[in-house]
Order: sequence, then structure tokens, then C-alpha cells
Amino acid sequence: MTATDLGLPGLGGLDGVPTALEPQKAKDYKSDQEVRWCPGCGDYVVLNAVQSFLPTLGLKRENIVFVSGIGCSSRFPYYMNTYGMHSIHGRAPAIATGLAVARPDLSVWVVTGDGDALSIGGNHLIHTLRRNVNLKILLFNNRIYGLTKGQYSPTSEEGKITKSTPLGSLDHPFNPVSLALGAEASFVGRAVDSDRAGLTEVLRQAAEHRGSALVEIYQNCPIFNDGAFDVLKDADEAARRIINVVDGQPITFGNGEYAVVRDGFGLGVAKASEVAASDVVVHDASDLNLAFALSRLSTQDLEHTVTGVFRNVARTTYDDAARAQVEAAKSAKAADLESLLRGKDTWTVV
Amino acid sequence: MTTDVGNGAAPGGEVRKLDRVVIRFAGDSGDGMQLTGDRFTSEAAAFGNDLATLPNFPAEIRAPQGTLPGVSSFQLHFADYDILTPGDRPDVLVAMNPAALKANIGDLPKGGMLIVNTDEFTKRNLVKVGYDANPLEDTSLEAYQVHKVAMATLTIGALENTGLGKKDAERAKNMFALGLLSWMYHRPTEGTERFLREKFAKKPDIAEANVLAFRAGWNYGETTESFAVTYEVAPAKLNQGTYRQITGNTALAYGIVAAGRQSGLPIVLGTYPITPASDILHELSKHKNFGITTLQAEDEIAGIGAALGASYGGALGVTSTSGPGIALKSETIGLAVMTELPLVVIDVQRGGPSTGLPTKTEQADLLQAMFGRNGESPVPIVAPQSPADCFDAALDAVRIALEYRTPVLLLSDGAIANGSEPWLIPDVADLPDLTVEFATEPNGPDGTFWPYLRDPETLARPWAVPGTPGLQHRIGGLEKADGNGNISYDPANHDHMVRLRQRKIDGIRVPDVVVDDPSGTAKVLVVGWGSSYGPIGAAARRVRKLGLPVAHAHLRHLNPFPKNLGEVLSRYERVVVPEMNLGQLALLLRAEYLVDAISYTKVQGLPFKAEELQDVLAEVIKGVSE
Repeated sequence: MTATDLGLPGLGGLDGVPTALEPQKAKDYKSDQEVRWCPGCGDYVVLNAVQSFLPTLGLKRENIVFVSGIGCSSRFPYYMNTYGMHSIHGRAPAIATGLAVARPDLSVWVVTGDGDALSIGGNHLIHTLRRNVNLKILLFNNRIYGLTKGQYSPTSEEGKITKSTPLGSLDHPFNPVSLALGAEASFVGRAVDSDRAGLTEVLRQAAEHRGSALVEIYQNCPIFNDGAFDVLKDADEAARRIINVVDGQPITFGNGEYAVVRDGFGLGVAKASEVAASDVVVHDASDLNLAFALSRLSTQDLEHTVTGVFRNVARTTYDDAARAQVEAAKSAKAADLESLLRGKDTWTVV
Repeated sequence: MTTDVGNGAAPGGEVRKLDRVVIRFAGDSGDGMQLTGDRFTSEAAAFGNDLATLPNFPAEIRAPQGTLPGVSSFQLHFADYDILTPGDRPDVLVAMNPAALKANIGDLPKGGMLIVNTDEFTKRNLVKVGYDANPLEDTSLEAYQVHKVAMATLTIGALENTGLGKKDAERAKNMFALGLLSWMYHRPTEGTERFLREKFAKKPDIAEANVLAFRAGWNYGETTESFAVTYEVAPAKLNQGTYRQITGNTALAYGIVAAGRQSGLPIVLGTYPITPASDILHELSKHKNFGITTLQAEDEIAGIGAALGASYGGALGVTSTSGPGIALKSETIGLAVMTELPLVVIDVQRGGPSTGLPTKTEQADLLQAMFGRNGESPVPIVAPQSPADCFDAALDAVRIALEYRTPVLLLSDGAIANGSEPWLIPDVADLPDLTVEFATEPNGPDGTFWPYLRDPETLARPWAVPGTPGLQHRIGGLEKADGNGNISYDPANHDHMVRLRQRKIDGIRVPDVVVDDPSGTAKVLVVGWGSSYGPIGAAARRVRKLGLPVAHAHLRHLNPFPKNLGEVLSRYERVVVPEMNLGQLALLLRAEYLVDAISYTKVQGLPFKAEELQDVLAEVIKGVSE
């Protein structure tokens, strides 16, 4: 078998999705359902950010679909006045893949959590990223199982005391960004729930990207893992911990006090005043090795947390390629059912 | 008696007419027995015989050469009248090595013809399968008409001038065997020669070698004296029309292609490779020009997930698997039940439980299809009864899925999936109309859209696909409030919805079951489902010939049952239910109709033999008569 060059043009993430005639407001995206997350849940913040952001895309609301799995975050579709499916645990990427393949005129979003996407649904996540299906995957990471009332998750820190691990959890956690990059993701970003501007910027780039976009969102669970990201929300702490990367820009943070520099095969952090300007790494969202090294700067204890878009490269999407194959087959050969059913060897009884 | 091969002149040419013959080709997995059987089948089809086939091969692609687990066989039954099964026992056994002989000789009746490739009967090969002495040299085979032919030697000899190495030449010995049998049964040869040239179009020397070996086998029959008699089986007097030969998996795939055309919907097959269902994926992947997308997913769950996602988007979602895959897909089938979306779930059953017998047949997934999900989760079940019938069964499954917005389980099995028979090619103009209307307008109060407001007749909910303005709604696995479809934890609503979903499935229109009772005097009814149609039908014919009346009813629809089934069952003194499981249909019939059904079961990975069912039926009928 030889590979076929499908010769697909460079498309944007939303090309083919019909646009709205009237300007939209955030409230257009609010459904009539009462939002039922716990008071103070980070999910509210993300919901508001998404509802405020979507009008800026100017798409027809009926051409937007939210597909979710199971978990607190997966209630998200009920609150959006778009089409939506609240599916089963871990399987949203698979279901959304079928939808995206069947319907190029839809903007398909997957809402998932750390348990849904990385534990029960880990297989679907990596294969969806590998295939590069045109889906936007919002991974709400609160490092805990909320809906089942507080068990450790695949992103919980080692030794975590929970109801299911009274003596401390034994599992080593995933770094979701490293995982996504290892799974050949063409777009990977990260944001913190409380940073509306940062989150919106990552969402915007994700929406415009044609292909799978994984966006990890650090999200606080006030009931079962409260304060997990507090150090990123304190202005002073955030300044020395959060490294926001922008394609083409030197990577500095803490109001220019710190910089990211090469360190062996990886990256390290230095005082900007102690290194030459030329030693400061310039972010390149097309450089996989750089993206991976950046993901490794983010430690479980949040000593450093990289946000923004790690990687953003154009690669043929699975759904475009699948449709192109069908179209090419249609042009090459008429769909003649009668001739198919007859086949080559027939005999006639008179 | 045994006949040694001589080098005599052409035989006298006695031709004996037969009404039917069963031939079994058996050899090592690498010997090409499936191909040989396929070709003989095509020759029989081209000649106009009725036929039925039973491939039987190991799960291992190449088990150790020459061993018993590595034996692969292909049985073909062809006749001058309409037959129903691949035959209980072969009249002719072709054994390419000692393992094939040992594994199959028990099925050959005394007096049967045995054609043996002597070249493989070396001491080493004999020891490998536990023969202390060479059975070709002692008296152990004297009950059979044995023809000892050095097929490998003769094939290598025939290909001497082709420049092909010995090893390559020897590999064509299956075509030698095919040529010999083709001569013996007066089969047409042009089709096979054309087939070989096409199959090996890129390797013309191999194509020529196979054609030469095929002709050498034919000439060997014609020029040696060892075969005094040849046989003729006249074309069958089948119903008028144009026929082709077809396997169950191909017919099923064609049914899906046809359903796409008849519904006007694009098809998305989301699936994962599994024996014996993979050929459905392979076949559908060839027909993308019909608007078919095939998606080989990362696992069974993703396969059905993609299919369901496509259905949500307004395509016809289809997934194909075997029993272990159904286990993995159960949760998504439940989601399809809850979201009330069309979905076709194909289960080509194989021996279970667990990995079981991947290449052997069984009917033991009926209760899994019926009940294998959490909660009250009713799913319609459709079962084809023969290879060609898979086409109609697939169309019927799609009809139900689309009309009632429900997942449908299509239960085929290994025997009909790989078996083949003649198929009266349907007129495309006669195929059923499967068109379906999407919702386009709000249906609820104040211009709202209620996704769970039902069609009063079918109880189907509207299919409102994303992209339809004004009908934005959310569905999912949580319980729905009747009508508006909002999440509801109301106790009375849940009770109501559970019963409503059940009522929708119970109310699906299925045709009445037809009883075959030519004498009209039968007191015993035999009820079957799926691939046991052939053996049960053949057994019923046999007992009727013995003067014992019996009625046969075969169920295509296992859920819901045909409306007249209870009445039919009540008409007979005894009901016998043969199944390749431990009595799953019998259990359902007893539960539903309080009928004291006699369950006859067998789970050997092979279809029933007509002979054994004949004995079972005769005994029950005699018991009633006395």
C-alpha cells in the first residue's frame, strides 16, 4: 500500500461552519437549564468564559455542538444553548469523532475532566489526538474525582489522602500536556480557570486551529480539592510561577524578572538579569521538542506552570481526509448498486 | 479397496449421474484449502447447481505445519435440487497431509472416496500426528475407496519447464487437486483459469504455474486409469432469475450499502477488527463511492461511539463485531437506547465465552443481545437464516433502526458469515423505501422544541440533527422527562419512561412467522432461529419422507417476537427448539408463552447435522403419535 496525498488545502478550524447573520451576545448561549454545580466551582468561570467567547466567533449557534463524557464538567452541554450530547464516561472523543467525520459544517467541542479524559477515556483521547480530528477538547483538570465525591484522579499528586486512599495514593500522575504532545497532538494549550483573558486567548487559537486542539484548564473543586491551584491565583506567587508563552516571543515571566533558558536537552529557569538576552528561549509553537521541554517545566507542585499555546501546527485532519477519500471514490466510480449486487459471475435460471 | 496409480490410457469413461455430492478439501493452513474450496464453489455456481459451503479453519493464521491444530478444511455441498445445508458428511474427502486425514477421516462414511496426497506421508509427518504406521500402507483405510496421488511430485513435474523453483512449484498442488476434482465432476474450467490470471496479475509466472497445475490435475484424471468413473450433477431447478454465489458477510455488507441508497443517508461504519466479522469492514471499505465512510477505531467502544456520533449527526451509524466486542459496546448500546438514535449493531457470533472459539460458530449471544445491558434496555433483534438472507436481514435491521430510532442488534454467526450459497439477485427497483424525515420545526409549546415528543403510532422521537435552526437541544444518558427531554429524577417519570421505551420496542412491526407444514397434520413444531435454518429444514424434509409430519417455524425477529407466535406455539402438542447454545431461545419462549418447549442443544462450534436433528424430531413425533 502506498500513502495517498490527498492534496487538501490549508483550512481554518471553522471553515465550512456557517456564520450567523446577527451579532450574538453571551446570553444567547445560555440555555434555560439551571446550572447545578457547587457554589464556587471553577466550572462556572469556564462556562462564563466560553459563553462570552463564542459570540466572537460569529457562528450559527445550531452549528455548534458540545459533547461531553461523565463527571462534573460533563454537565456543561446542558447549560449551552447549542446542540449537545452528555454521553458516557470517557467516550466523548469517540462519539465526537463520528459526528465530526459525518458533518464538516459543525464546530464540535468536547468537554471532559481529568478522570474522564485521562483515566477511563485515556485510549480515546490519545487516538483522537493522533488522528487529528477537527475537535476542540476542553480538559477541566481539578486533580480529583468530584461527582463520585472525592477519590484521587490520574492527575492527583502522589500520596494524596482521599476517601479511597486513606493512607495516601500510590499512583504517579500524568502531565496532560506531555501526554498530548506524546500522542502527536497538533495543538496543545493550557489555561487557569481564573485567568479569563488567558483562557479566552487559548480558546480563540484552538477554535481557529483545524484539527484536534487539547486545552487543559486548571479548575478548582471547592468541595473535594479546594485550593489546588491557589498558588497560581495569588498575585505574588503567580508572578514567579506562571510562564505564559506566546509564539515568536522570548519566554520571560514575573514582569521580566525571570527567563526560560536552555539546560542540557531541556529547559531551565534563570534570572533574566543573569543571562544574555540571546540565551532567552524564543517560543516556537511549531517546535515539538521545545513544546515538550516546556511541558516538563510544569511540575506537579506548580513550582512553575506554563500556560498559553505549547504547540500549534497544521496537519491533515482525519475527518477532512476521510471525506476526501469518499469524494474521490465517488468521482472515480459511479455508485451503481445493481452492478455491485450482480458482481462478476452470475448464471440465469429460465 | 485401494487403487494404485498407474500410467494407463484414458479410461472407458463411465459417467454416473448423481443428484448431490459433498466434497471436503482438507489440508494444512498453508495449503490453500479455502481458496481451493472457493474455486470449486464458483465452478458449481457457474454450472448452475444449488450449493452450500462450510469453511472450517483454525484461529491461528499458520499453526505449526503438518499438525492437527493446523488443519483447515472447506466443505461444499452441490446438487441438482434446492439444498439447505453444507452436508453432514463428505462423499469425497481430499486429504493433503496425514494431519488432514486424521482430523477428517472420522466424518467419511464407509465406502466414501478418499483422495490422498501421498507426498506428505513421510515418517516425520506421520509421527507428528501420532500415526505409528502409515495408514496408506496398512489395512486401516480399507473401508474407503482410496486414491493415492503424489500431488506434489506431479505438480512439480508439470511445472518443470516454467523455471519456477521446487518450493514455489509445490505450492500450486492445491490447484492440481482442484483440477482433478473438476475433471471428476465435469466442472467448467474457464472461470478458474480467468480467476487465477486475475488474482496473480502482478505475478504472471505464478499465475501460469497455477493454471498449469490446475490443468495437470485435470489431465491426470483424464489420462490415468485410476478413476474409472466420473460424475455428473445436473444444474438445479431453482426459481427463475439471475443468481450469483455469495457469503453471509458479503451479503450483509451489500445489505448495508443498499440501505444507504434506500434511505438516502450517508453510512458511517465505526468498527474494530475481530474474527469472524472483519470481512464486513473489508467489504464496506471497498464501496466508499456509495457514500460510505469506514472508520477503524482504536477499540470496540470507540467504533460504536463513532457510529453513534455519526447517527446523531444524521448519518446511518453502523458497527460490526462479534460477541466479545458486544460486551465492550454494551454501555454505548445503552446510550443509544436512552438517546433513541438509530444504530445498527452487527454481531457475527462465534464460540464463547471470552475469546472462546474465534473461527467456529455458535448462537450463544442471544441473551446477551436481549439483556446484556444495565437497566431496562430493550433492543430489537434480527437474525438472518442463511448466507444470502443476510442481505434482507440487514435491510430489515436498518428499517427498524430508522423508523423507531433505536439501536438494532443483527445476529449473524460464523457459519453463515463464511458459508456461501446461490443468491437470487434482487431487482434494485424492488428494494424497500427506507427514507426518513428529520425534524425541521419546533413541536413544543411557545415555539420550543421537545426532543422526546413521540410519534403516536411508532412512539419514535423526532430526529433533529445539529445544524437545524431553532431545534437546539441536549440529549444524553441521564433519564429524560417525558416530552421535553430535560433531565428528570422524578420517580413516576422514570417508571413511565422505562415502560414507554419498552412499549416502543414491543410495538415494532414485524411480519408474522410462517409455518412450513406441507401435510397440515403435524402435531410437532420445530422452532429455530438464525443459521440453524438449513439443518432444521433438511431434517424436517427427511422425517416427512419417513411419513412423519412435522411443522417448522423459523424466527427472524427475536425481539419483538412476531405477534402470531403465541398462537402458533399453542397449536402443537410438542415444540422442539434446536439451538447452538444451552437453550436461550427455549428460555425466552418458555418465559413469554409458558410453552413446555423441548430444548435440543449442541455447542461444538459446528452447525447441526441434518441427520442428528432428524433423529431428534423422529423420536419426538413418534412419542406424540403413540
